Amino acid sequence: MSEVEKGQVMTANRLRDGEVVFLTRSGEWNEKIDEAVLALEPQATAALEARANEDVKATLVTGSYLFDAERVGGKIRALHMRERIRTLGPTVRLDLGKQAEGTGGAFAFKEA
Amino acid sequence: MYRYDEFDHQFVQERTAQFRDQANRRLSGALTEDEFRPLRLMNGLYLQLHAYMLRVAIPYGTLSSKQMRQLAYIADKWDRGYGHFTTRQNIQYNWIKLEDTADILAALAEVEMHAIQTSGNCIRNVTTDHWAGAAADEIADPRPVGELLRQWSSLHPEFSYLPRKFKIAVTGAPNDRAAVKVHDIGLRLHRNDAGAIGWEVMVGGGQGRTPMIAVTVRDFLPERELVAYIEAIMRVYNLYGRRDNKFKARIKILVHEIGAEKFKAEVEAEYARRPEQTTHVEEKELQRIAAYFAPPAFEKLSRFSPAFEEAKLLHPGFARWARNNLAAHRVDGYTIVNISLKPEGGIPGDATSDQMRLMAELAERYSHDELRVSHPQNIILPHVKKDDALAIWQALVPAELATANYGLAGDIIACPGMDYCSLATARSIPISQAISRKFADLDVQEKIGPVKINISGCINACGHHHVGHIGILGLDKKGEEFYQITLGGSSAENASIGSILGPGFAGHEVADAIEKILTTYVKLRQPGEEFLYAYRRLGPQPFKEALYAAA
Amino acid sequence: MPLLKNNAFITDSWLHLGAEDALPEGGNVTIPFSRLKNEWESLAKFPGQLGAVLSNTDHAEDVAHFLPHLALVVLPFPAFVDGRAYSIARQIRLLGYRGELRATGNILPDQFQYMTQVGFSSFEVSERFPLQSWQQASKQMSLAYQRGLYRRVGEAEVWSERHADTAPEPTPWEEQPHAG
Ligand code: HEM
Ligand code: SF4
Repeated sequence: MSEVEKGQVMTANRLRDGEVVFLTRSGEWNEKIDEAVLALEPQATAALEARANEDVKATLVTGSYLFDAERVGGKIRALHMRERIRTLGPTVRLDLGKQAEGTGGAFAFKEA
Repeated sequence: MYRYDEFDHQFVQERTAQFRDQANRRLSGALTEDEFRPLRLMNGLYLQLHAYMLRVAIPYGTLSSKQMRQLAYIADKWDRGYGHFTTRQNIQYNWIKLEDTADILAALAEVEMHAIQTSGNCIRNVTTDHWAGAAADEIADPRPVGELLRQWSSLHPEFSYLPRKFKIAVTGAPNDRAAVKVHDIGLRLHRNDAGAIGWEVMVGGGQGRTPMIAVTVRDFLPERELVAYIEAIMRVYNLYGRRDNKFKARIKILVHEIGAEKFKAEVEAEYARRPEQTTHVEEKELQRIAAYFAPPAFEKLSRFSPAFEEAKLLHPGFARWARNNLAAHRVDGYTIVNISLKPEGGIPGDATSDQMRLMAELAERYSHDELRVSHPQNIILPHVKKDDALAIWQALVPAELATANYGLAGDIIACPGMDYCSLATARSIPISQAISRKFADLDVQEKIGPVKINISGCINACGHHHVGHIGILGLDKKGEEFYQITLGGSSAENASIGSILGPGFAGHEVADAIEKILTTYVKLRQPGEEFLYAYRRLGPQPFKEALYAAA
Repeated sequence: MPLLKNNAFITDSWLHLGAEDALPEGGNVTIPFSRLKNEWESLAKFPGQLGAVLSNTDHAEDVAHFLPHLALVVLPFPAFVDGRAYSIARQIRLLGYRGELRATGNILPDQFQYMTQVGFSSFEVSERFPLQSWQQASKQMSLAYQRGLYRRVGEAEVWSERHADTAPEPTPWEEQPHAG
């Protein structure tokens, strides 16, 4: 069984188009959760927050916050349903959102 | 239908330019998000779970074919090919970009539409009876007053920063299809013995976390005093409504905290202070508007349509649809067509751009170019000849728009819930899909009869769960979605708030629970007794037993 | 803070006294409304001009008695989303007050036109916004549906225009040239 790590991911909406984005290791915002940094300790989350606040001020993104996530087999997944829907798209329209655009990451909603 | 004159055109164009400037200032950093948020909200632009969401007003629910086609065009060009019709006679697009929004508003302005005040702490889109001007039970068409109030409330300098949002609904019929008693202000038309028209003014209804039924402050307000009187109500609310706690900021809380009598006295005192002479122009304006709502040129037809009767005999599917989805029109030989946006397993209120275009075409050919958006999230063709009903049905069937469940268990109101909404505590659409599949058999739905099942994805109650005959509220219990069931609510003239039946259910249990409730009802009802009345007679006990006793 | 009046930044000629500050010999002074009420007997004899600083929970009818003696009324916007002062401003204008009505606090160009429409005539604003942003903001909408608003040259009330033949006498305060 692969190792499970729990931590937090920084997310926001890109200001100009509203796209859900995640903060990556290189300090960029990316549409894929799999590219995100999973912060495992307080120091790391503080760094993410500092970076996010700067980019909010610079009007790159808006509404940034941290959410709980886990890394399973090298892939990241949100813990709560709300954040999963945000990272994938609506559970009732599997043809829409990141899940349909190939930016949803490794985990997926199943057909109802 | 109302048509813009040069003033109305100029007004929405200036407003669009103003928003374009605001959006550019936000993108350049000149405005902070805190400063921009109220501005974008007042143009209907939210930031939602996946992207921006734009809510477009469909004032008093009335649309022309051209307008419906433009909504389809917007869906294709700037969204993902569909839209969501809401309980407040708006349409929402879920995948909007901030940088496109001003262009969308300009496209709306081309067809005399806008998104002004579809959100924010201001006076929202004025809603009314979706059968206005067509219903057999109507005293007079409420839409002229709806339009008057739309204009008066647009960019009202005094009432754009209220303590909280403010919703007004208007009805011209004794059977209330506009839920006026659960609005901040509800207006209901009456005709007195002398034949004059006056308005009953109700204040302080609402849903959300503290649902309340409105109280009447005036029984019979002369029409020409409406604007001045409502201004007095608004001023009292703007001055004294609570601003310390946004959950206590709606007018219903003010009415409740100071008491209906004191509130009424404050309004009357404020009204008495007003300079008298403002009413003539409003009266003239109302007459000008009313001329646009003159009934279309109906043909003189016999009440009985042989073609219609014959079609019912030939096509059982049509007969069923005619039975459930048509409603009595005030003119002989005509009918109201209710198009269900609730196909089995579908998403309540969603329509694709192709569906919108088809409905627009049908309206153009068969319904005097008019469509309506209804508060239970369906689309209506208000003025159809019975002779044409078959052709309409035949066109609707292949588009999955002919589900014969209007007003039945499958005709569920559901808010977008956690699939789209950033405030949600649980999903609501999958629950409605499960219930709709459970009652896929229309024979079963017809046997159960009229029932309103309403689902909200959080306590804000956008899905009207408090006033559903059966209400379902999605909550979060330690990270899991679970659902509370209420029974006995109503938003009609017999308005009431539903009561919680007992402990909640996991998502996959809800449809079964609803089935048990309805089976119990069918077993215990008296002949002809609808669900709501049976519940009021029986009380919660038998339903509780059915749901919880076995466990 | 710059003071905006008649489309220009000007210097404030008023002295703003607190609850305890001693009165000067003369000149223009504003007094918190609660003090004005309590000390009216002596204040009424003040040789200069008086102004009142209201809070947005004060009632216009309590102020009514003093209005004929005031040359400035100051109303605060503690937050730009707190809209109480719009209603108080309208009430005060309806009571017949013709003097300067000043908005202070959190005022943004996007609310500026609403403020002028309900009767504000001067504005204590933040340095963040240059004069031209106010001038631009004040011109965005040339039409209003509501009647009885303050307006400036080039602004019109739609309903009054549509029914110019039946429009009643203008309310007296509509004739005032607009400041701001
Ligand atoms: C998806 C974005 C939406 C957001 C963020 C939202 C937000 C809210 C909030 C915060 C309330 C509670 C207000 C209060 O209690 O003061 C509310 C109430 C309501 N909303 Fe929504 N809503 C959304 C979508 C909808 C939709 C899709 C509909 C129609 C289907 C709708 C119709 C209503 C209605 C009818 C109410 C209850 C009326 C009342 O507040 O008295 N909303 N909404
Ligand atoms: S009820 Fe809650 S979940 Fe549903 S749309 Fe309203 S705010 Fe969102």
